[in-house]
Amino acid sequence: MMMNDMAVAAQAAASASGGRRIGDVVLDLQNISLRFGGVKALTDISFNVREHEIRSIIGPNGAGKSSMLNVINGVYHPQEGRILFRGQERRKMEPHMAATQGIARTFQNIALFKGMSVLDNIMTGRNLKMKSNIFQQALYWGAVQKEEIAHREKVEEIIDFLEIQSVRKTPVGQLPYGLQKRVELGRALAAEPTMLLLDEPMAGMNVEEKQDMCRFILDVNDQFGTTIVLIEHDMGVVMDISDRVVVLDYGKKIGDGAPDEVRNNEDVIRAYLGTSH
Amino acid sequence: MLYRENGQFKTSYAADQQIFPILQDRVAIGALLAIAFVIVPMFGSEYIFRAILIPFLILALAALGLNILVGYCGQISLGTGAFMAVGAYGAYNFLVRIDGMPLIAAMLLGGLSATVIGVLFGIPSLRIKGLYLAMATLAAQFFTDWAFLRIGWFTNNSTSGSVSVAKLNVFGLPIESPVAKYLFCLVVVCVFALMAKNLTRSAIGRQWMAIRDMDVAAAVIGIRPMYAKLTAFAVSSFIVGVAGVLWAFIHLGAWEPAAFSIDRSFQLLFMVIIGGLGSIMGAFFGAAFIIVLPILLDQVPQWFGIPLSTATTSHLVHMIFGALIVFFLIVEPHGLAKLWSIGKQKLRLWPFPH
Amino acid sequence: MGFFLETLFGGLMAGMLYSLIALGFVLIYKASGVFNFAQGAMVLFAALAMARFAEWIPKWLGFDNLIVANLLAFVAAMALMIVLAWAIERLCLSKLVNQEGITLLMATLGISYFLDGLGQTLFGNDIYSINVGMPKDPAMILENVFEGGLLLSKEDLIAAIIAAALVALLALFFQKTATGRALRAVADDHQAAQSIGIPLNRIWVIVWSVAGFAALVAGIIWGSKLGVQFSLSLVALKALPVVILGGLTSVPGAIIGGLIIGVGEKLSEIYLGPFFGGGIEIWFAYVLALAFLLLRPQGLFGEKIIDRV
Repeated sequence: MMMNDMAVAAQAAASASGGRRIGDVVLDLQNISLRFGGVKALTDISFNVREHEIRSIIGPNGAGKSSMLNVINGVYHPQEGRILFRGQERRKMEPHMAATQGIARTFQNIALFKGMSVLDNIMTGRNLKMKSNIFQQALYWGAVQKEEIAHREKVEEIIDFLEIQSVRKTPVGQLPYGLQKRVELGRALAAEPTMLLLDEPMAGMNVEEKQDMCRFILDVNDQFGTTIVLIEHDMGVVMDISDRVVVLDYGKKIGDGAPDEVRNNEDVIRAYLGTSH
Repeated sequence: MLYRENGQFKTSYAADQQIFPILQDRVAIGALLAIAFVIVPMFGSEYIFRAILIPFLILALAALGLNILVGYCGQISLGTGAFMAVGAYGAYNFLVRIDGMPLIAAMLLGGLSATVIGVLFGIPSLRIKGLYLAMATLAAQFFTDWAFLRIGWFTNNSTSGSVSVAKLNVFGLPIESPVAKYLFCLVVVCVFALMAKNLTRSAIGRQWMAIRDMDVAAAVIGIRPMYAKLTAFAVSSFIVGVAGVLWAFIHLGAWEPAAFSIDRSFQLLFMVIIGGLGSIMGAFFGAAFIIVLPILLDQVPQWFGIPLSTATTSHLVHMIFGALIVFFLIVEPHGLAKLWSIGKQKLRLWPFPH
Repeated sequence: MGFFLETLFGGLMAGMLYSLIALGFVLIYKASGVFNFAQGAMVLFAALAMARFAEWIPKWLGFDNLIVANLLAFVAAMALMIVLAWAIERLCLSKLVNQEGITLLMATLGISYFLDGLGQTLFGNDIYSINVGMPKDPAMILENVFEGGLLLSKEDLIAAIIAAALVALLALFFQKTATGRALRAVADDHQAAQSIGIPLNRIWVIVWSVAGFAALVAGIIWGSKLGVQFSLSLVALKALPVVILGGLTSVPGAIIGGLIIGVGEKLSEIYLGPFFGGGIEIWFAYVLALAFLLLRPQGLFGEKIIDRV
C-alpha cells in the first residue's frame, strides 16, 4: 500500500511539472576534448543528460556548442574522453549509427534536402524504418506500396502536428525560413527518436514563430517523452523551458545546473549573461 | 481549360502517390505509348529507325542511367562511355563463349559486368567528392579504352580489334529488321524507365537525393553514405551497361573501343544537363535534343540553299552544346524537363494568368 | 644506366610541360574555386590563334619577317585570351557565384566544348605548325661519362627551361605582388575579400588572363613540337592527375606533381609497359593519382579540408 501511494504521489508530482518523469542518466560525456589541427574546440568537458529532460547548452559564439552536438551524434570524433550512451561506451561512431540508436538532430544552418518537397524530406527521415529492399522497390509492387502508404500516414501525422499541411508538396527551398526550421524538426521527429538534438531551433525567428517552436518542443517532450538537448541564444526561452543548463565558454565548461543556479553563477555572469544579454 | 486537375480529388495516399496523378497526363502517356508501339512501326522509314529512333532510345537509356548517378545522387561521372563499353564487351564475351546464350541473358549479364566495374570505380566516392571523383571516373574511362584495345581476350583475339554479332534473336524472333530492332529497344527502354522511376520515388531514391542535397544531414538521419552511393553507382552502371549492349549489338552490329570513347561520356553528361538533372523524362529530352540538333543543322541550311560543310556543322554543334550547357546551368539547372513542367503549370491555369 | 638517365630526363622535361598546364588549373582554382576543365581547350585555342596569326599578319601587313610575325602573333593571341577571360567572367562565372563545385566543373566543360568549336570555326581545323625557331636537332651530353653519351632533345630542354622560368615567375607573382596577395585573399574567402574592397570581378578576369597566358605558352611549346591540331586539347587531360597529385591549391605541388607524373609515365612505359602489352602511358598517371588520392585526398601540398556543420 505504502509503495503504491508513493508511486501515485510521484506521478502526481510528475504531472504537475508537465507530465514528464525525469529518469536516469542516458547520455554521459566524460572529459571530452576535441581539436582541429592545433585549434582546441572543446577542452575536458563532462556533463550528462537524463531521460526525458530538456537539457540546454548555452554560451557565447564560438564556445563550442555545435561541436558538442557534433560529438554526441558522431559527426566529430573527440581525441580524448569517453561517451556512454545508455550505459554503453561507444568507440568511434559514425552519424548513421547514432541515428539507429535513436538520436536525431537539427542544424544551426538549416540542412534540409533542398531539391525535395516537404513531404519527401520528412519521408526521408523515416528511412531507418523502411524494410523493403532495392529490388522490391524497383518493381514498386504490393509490399512496397503498402509500406510507402503506412509511412505516409505517419508523416501526415507529423505534418498535422507541425501545422504545415498547406505546403506539403512545396520544394523546401521555396519556403520561408521559419517554416524550413519546422520542416527540419519534422524530419528529425519522423525517425521517432528517443533523444533530439536541436541546434538553435529559434535563431532568426520573430516572437510569434518562437512561441510556436517552443510549443512544439514542449509538446514533443511531453507527448513522446523525447529527451531534448537544446542549443539556444534566447535566454528567456532557455530559462523557461530547460530542466538543466550547461554553460560553455571558449570550449570549457563554466557552469552546470538548474536554470536558477546557472543564472546566479559568477563565472557565467561574467562570461556571458552580464555582458551580452 | 483542357488541362486541369480541378475536381480530381485524391481520396487515398495510393492515388496521390501514382507516377502520373493527373488524369490528362495518364491519357497523354497512354497515347504516346500507343503511337510508339503501333503507329510508328507501321509508317516509319528505315532511315528514321536507323538514324534517329534507335540511337535516340539507346542514348536516352544511357542518359537515364547516368542521371541516376549525377542527377539523383549528385556523384559526377565522366566515365559513362567506359561503363557502356564494359556492358557491351561483357555481353559479347558471354554470347560468344557460352553456347546457346540467349540475347536477353547476355544483355543482363553485360549490365551486371558494368555494375561490378561501376561499383569498383565508385568506391573512391566514399572518400572523395566532386572533381576528385570526376578524376576517378576518368581513370575508368582511360583504363577501359586501353584494356579493350590491348587485351586480346576481351575481343576474342579479333585481329582487327573490331568485334561483331550477328543473327540476334529473342525467343526465336529474329532482331534483324529495323522495325524489330526498334521495338526491342523500345520495350527495354520502357521497362528500365519504369523501374528507374519506381526506384526514384521510393525509399532508395530519397536516400540518393538526400546524399546529393546534404550528405552530412543525410548521415545524421541514419542514411549510410556508403550504401546510398554504391547502390547509385550499381543501378546507374547497370542501366548504362545495358544501354552499351544495345548500342553495340543493335545499333552498331560491329564495333571497336572508339565507339565508347570519352566523347561519348561527355555527350551523355551533356544530355543529362540539357535534358534536366534529376528527371527521368529529362533523359529523353536530352537524348532527343542531341540527336536532332546535328540533323537540323545539316538539313535546315540546305533548304535555304546554303549547305554547310560537315566540319562546320560539327563545330557549330560543339559551340551550341557548349553554350547551352552554360546557359542551362545558369538559368535552369533542371533543364528542358523543368521548362516542360513550367509549361504544364501555365497550361493548368490557362486562360487565366494566375 | 645511360638509357635509364635518358628516360629520366625525357620524363622530367615532359613533366615540366605538364606542370605548365597544371599551373593553369591551380591558378584558377586558387582564385575562384573553379576546376577549369576548359584549360585544354584554352591551350588549343591559344595555339590555333598563334599559328594562324603568325601566318595571316604578314599577309595583311605585307612584310616577311618571321620574328616580327611571331611577336605580333603572340601579342594578338594574348589579346584574344584576355578578351576570352573577360567574356568568360562576364557571361558565365559572375552568374554562377556561390554555386557548388560540381556545377562549376560542368560549366567549364561547356566552355571547353564551345571553345573547341569556336577555335576551329575561326581558325580552321587542319594541322598547323608554329615555328618560333626551336632547335630540332638532338644534343649529346656527358660523352666522357658514359659510353655513347646521353641523347637529349634540345627542343625539350629549351621548352623545359621556359616552363621552369614561367612557373617561377608565376610563383613570385603570387607571393610578392599586391595583385597576387589579392588573389590569395579571394581564394581564401570570396565574401571577406569583397568586403575589404577587393574587386572580385577584376581579380577573376586577371586570373583567367594569367591562365590564358600559361595556356598560350604551353600551346606554343607543344604546338611547335607536335603541330597544332585538335588532339592538343587532350593534353590537359594528361595534366589532370598532376593537379590531383600535387594538390589543387599548391603552385609547388603542380610543379612536383608534374615532374613525378612525367617521370613515372616514361619509366612505367619502358619498364612496366612490356608486361601489360604497351600503351599504358595513358592510364598510368591516373591510376597513380587515384591510388594517392585514397591515401591523402588533399594531395601532396593541398590544404586539409574540414567539413563544418
